[in-house]
Amino acid sequence: MKLTLKIWRQKNASDKGGFATYPVDHVSKDMSFLEMLDVLNEELTEKGEDPVHFDHDCREGICGTCSLVINGKPHGPLQTTTCQLHMRSFEDGQSITIEPWRAKAFPVVKDLVVDRYAFDRIIQAGGYVNINTGGVPDANEIPIPKTIADLAMDAAQCIGCGACVAACKNASAMLFTSAKVSQLALLPQGQVERKTRVEKMVAQMDAEGFGACTNTGACEAECPKGISLTNIARMNREYFSASLTSENV
Amino acid sequence: MILDSKIPAGPLAEKWTKHKFNSKLVNPANKRKYDVIVVGTGLAGASAAASLAELGYNVKAFTFHDSPRRAHSIAAQGGINAAKNYQNDGDSIYRLFYDTIKGGDYRSREGNVYRLAEVSVKIIDQCVAQGVPFAREYGGLLANRSFGGAQVSRTFYARGQTGQQLLLGAYSALSRQVANGKVKLYPRTEMMDVVMVDGQARGIVTRNLITGAVETHAAHAVLLCTGGYGNVFFLSTNAMGCNVTAAWRAHKRGAYFANPCFTQIHPTCIPVSGDHQSKLTLMSESLRNDGRVWVPASKENAEKLRKGQIKVSDLKEEDRDYFLERKYPSFGNLVPRDVASRNAKEACDDGRGVNETGEAVFLDFRDAIKRDGKAVIESKYGNLFDMYKQITGEDPYTSPMMIYPAVHYTMGGLWVDYNLMTTIPGLYCLGEANFSDHGANRLGASALMQGLADGYFVIPYTIGDYLAQTPPKKVDETHPEFAKVAQEVKNRISQLLNIDGKQTIDHFHKKLGKIMWNYCGMARTAEGLAKAKAEIKALKKEFWSDVKVLGTNEELNLSLEKAHRVADFLELGELMVDDALNRNESCGGHFREEYQTPEGEALRDDENFAYVAAWKYMGEGQEEELNKEPLIFENVKLTQRSYK
Ligand SMILES: Cc1cc2nc3c(=O)[nH]c(=O)nc-3n(C[C@H](O)[C@H](O)[C@H](O)COP(=O)(O)OP(=O)(O)OC[C@H]3O[C@@H](n4cnc5c(N)ncnc54)[C@H](O)[C@@H]3O)c2cc1C
Ligand code: SF4
Ligand code: FES
Repeated sequence: MKLTLKIWRQKNASDKGGFATYPVDHVSKDMSFLEMLDVLNEELTEKGEDPVHFDHDCREGICGTCSLVINGKPHGPLQTTTCQLHMRSFEDGQSITIEPWRAKAFPVVKDLVVDRYAFDRIIQAGGYVNINTGGVPDANEIPIPKTIADLAMDAAQCIGCGACVAACKNASAMLFTSAKVSQLALLPQGQVERKTRVEKMVAQMDAEGFGACTNTGACEAECPKGISLTNIARMNREYFSASLTSENV
Repeated sequence: MILDSKIPAGPLAEKWTKHKFNSKLVNPANKRKYDVIVVGTGLAGASAAASLAELGYNVKAFTFHDSPRRAHSIAAQGGINAAKNYQNDGDSIYRLFYDTIKGGDYRSREGNVYRLAEVSVKIIDQCVAQGVPFAREYGGLLANRSFGGAQVSRTFYARGQTGQQLLLGAYSALSRQVANGKVKLYPRTEMMDVVMVDGQARGIVTRNLITGAVETHAAHAVLLCTGGYGNVFFLSTNAMGCNVTAAWRAHKRGAYFANPCFTQIHPTCIPVSGDHQSKLTLMSESLRNDGRVWVPASKENAEKLRKGQIKVSDLKEEDRDYFLERKYPSFGNLVPRDVASRNAKEACDDGRGVNETGEAVFLDFRDAIKRDGKAVIESKYGNLFDMYKQITGEDPYTSPMMIYPAVHYTMGGLWVDYNLMTTIPGLYCLGEANFSDHGANRLGASALMQGLADGYFVIPYTIGDYLAQTPPKKVDETHPEFAKVAQEVKNRISQLLNIDGKQTIDHFHKKLGKIMWNYCGMARTAEGLAKAKAEIKALKKEFWSDVKVLGTNEELNLSLEKAHRVADFLELGELMVDDALNRNESCGGHFREEYQTPEGEALRDDENFAYVAAWKYMGEGQEEELNKEPLIFENVKLTQRSYK
């Protein structure tokens, strides 16, 4: 296959940045999208040009590192991670635009690499159960109905990639935040701090500059892990009931 | 040097309890006077950093990733072992201990392995308390599956994403300590070297991956939790960033490297499809619970299949050779990884491989789907099947998967004693980066167990013993040794940037990978290894005169990061070859063709090789010195491993 790539190049956080065009050929359908970029980078390096910087690590769709907007869609045309996308999803002769996640809370570091520390700070605000190592009950002491455990697992599958934010016109982080809030609100282990947790995490989310949720569902449509909008509904309920009976002092 | 493993005396089951009692303690008020550096925030590092901070120590945690949640541990699929015996099927701490020692082909320490089995039960309790959503039965209790090398069901799992859920659990505990101000987190920061003062580890030198700033950090102790080095083979199931740099730099400062040639080749990976390939994808071992491994019984049929002249469905039952079930009736498809991999290679070498390349065998779910229905199989392995389809374009519900072995895990690593301390006082090593518990072959679902055992339940005790004997007054960053090591790091950076050669870094990495795979992979010979050594030496020379590293230090520079790592892989590769050449026996994942039983199984030589090979760095261009730690077996009888 032959392709024309239009790629966002930006030297660093303060650079204005802009698109550069690269023709590539010898692309095989079996290559992954990132392998196609590897090939481009090898060529650029051989020519002495700075390779295109992009984030990636596991290349198995689980670490949440890869993060490209491809032809306007976070993670490209399929509902999967960028690293799991293969060139068989594209046509010979096609032109492909590649951009970084765009959101105020995710500043560009270089080229296609963005800074997603805001997600870590949301978790630090309360995305955990307040227990120390040791001194916990036997794992089978509290039975958990399979349906509840499964729902918690559905939410826990979030990989923290940020595609939901990139997909949202308000750059809202509701899907990400609600996934963690839901997981812990569903499980018995999360009950003790159920109210304070949701309040703190939502406050941090707002402080990071993520936008409001207007229920367009763009996040769910692009989420590679199928995190459902029902998590947002659950978080809203949690938040509402917490604010009525707040334990935050 | 005499290597003292510090395994406590006394009966196996009492060693750890006694050791904990005999370890010195740092009193609660004094803990805040001690600083600990944790490099790496995967399962081992995150659990250690969180647990130490909870105890009151001041922790600085470093990762080259942008977040601890990205560590390679996230990719573990299948599960984590623990001797809970919830299934009432005969499991016990002793059985987990025994299976692990045997699975490792009797090349690990009894004391360490027993402790691992002992604390395994607490890990599950801890993770459940954190909110890890393990799979459950309808009655609400935890579910288990079985893994290779065991005849009981002791593996706990969270769908096909066990590593993810365990890491997110450890990450949440770590995040809590970051919020409490007890852990200072340094993301996108790579450790470049260890700083030693008066023979003790006193800190590290790092490079900020965004700004290029080379910085120094002092502490009372340093923990390396930096993962495995499987990427020395270029193609492996490891994440792209996995590397040996932290461990290797420590090795060059005096930490012995143990059993570097012990590599695990995982039997169930998606076969290589072409030259562009950047990594290999693992299909979890749990698939062998329900999938049956086979190749055509005849070469003729295999060839027709490869050429597309016949279809899989044309092959009748008697045309199929379920070679694992045939050769190992009692373990069947669940033999340990080394055995399964070697048998797959054998079938392919015999001309009975499938796929266009002939380097693949089938993993077939036809019978399981017939027996349990598609829905049940989907609920167990849905995401794995989807992943397979996405990568290969084929649907495993209707045609069998094709798999081939790939490099997966490294049992070798920095030598540590029972306290997890390396040969450098004050420098510890946890998780896959150390060599400790898996001998010559790791059983499935045991790496997650070991990483978390080290971090949650071992280091919090053993580090106290060292710190209690270390005065709180710290050697700080103003000590001249810090500036000296930082300067050495800067020199190396400019050296790499100034070579200005013609070949890309990947060119060297791929070449090294080929050498390692061909000569130091699934089957090794003295002749091949000697050849590999010469080729690596030449490649290393070429690297330092002809590699092209673009850009500057003062920016995010992926080429520079990679150049450092590949330079270290080149040195490690040579040591792996030396180690494989020295070990004139076959054991576990180390298969020397010269040493096999008439049936083609690994033939150990317990008389001469029941030892840990711990290598000491002797300086640039020098051969490393071999030190032996004899392995003493007081509880298990060494036998030829049999899974028949
Ligand atoms: C695909 C796959 C599936 C697996 N499935 C299973 C399974 O089902 N069950 C099982 O038990 N095991 C499994 N394993 C093995 C297991 O996942 C790993 O052995 C284990 O997670 C390693 O954990 P770790 O904490 O030692 O290292 P890692 O998780 O690799 O973490 C290493 C950390 O060190 C950091 N680091 C490294 N070098 C530096 C440096 N120089 N400076 C700063 N930071 C650095 C990294 O950023 C990272 O935070 C699997 C492995 C793979 C590849
Ligand atoms: S909710 Fe989905 S899109 Fe958002 S971070 Fe999680 S996995 Fe990514
Ligand atoms: S690289 Fe890990 S999810 Fe894509």
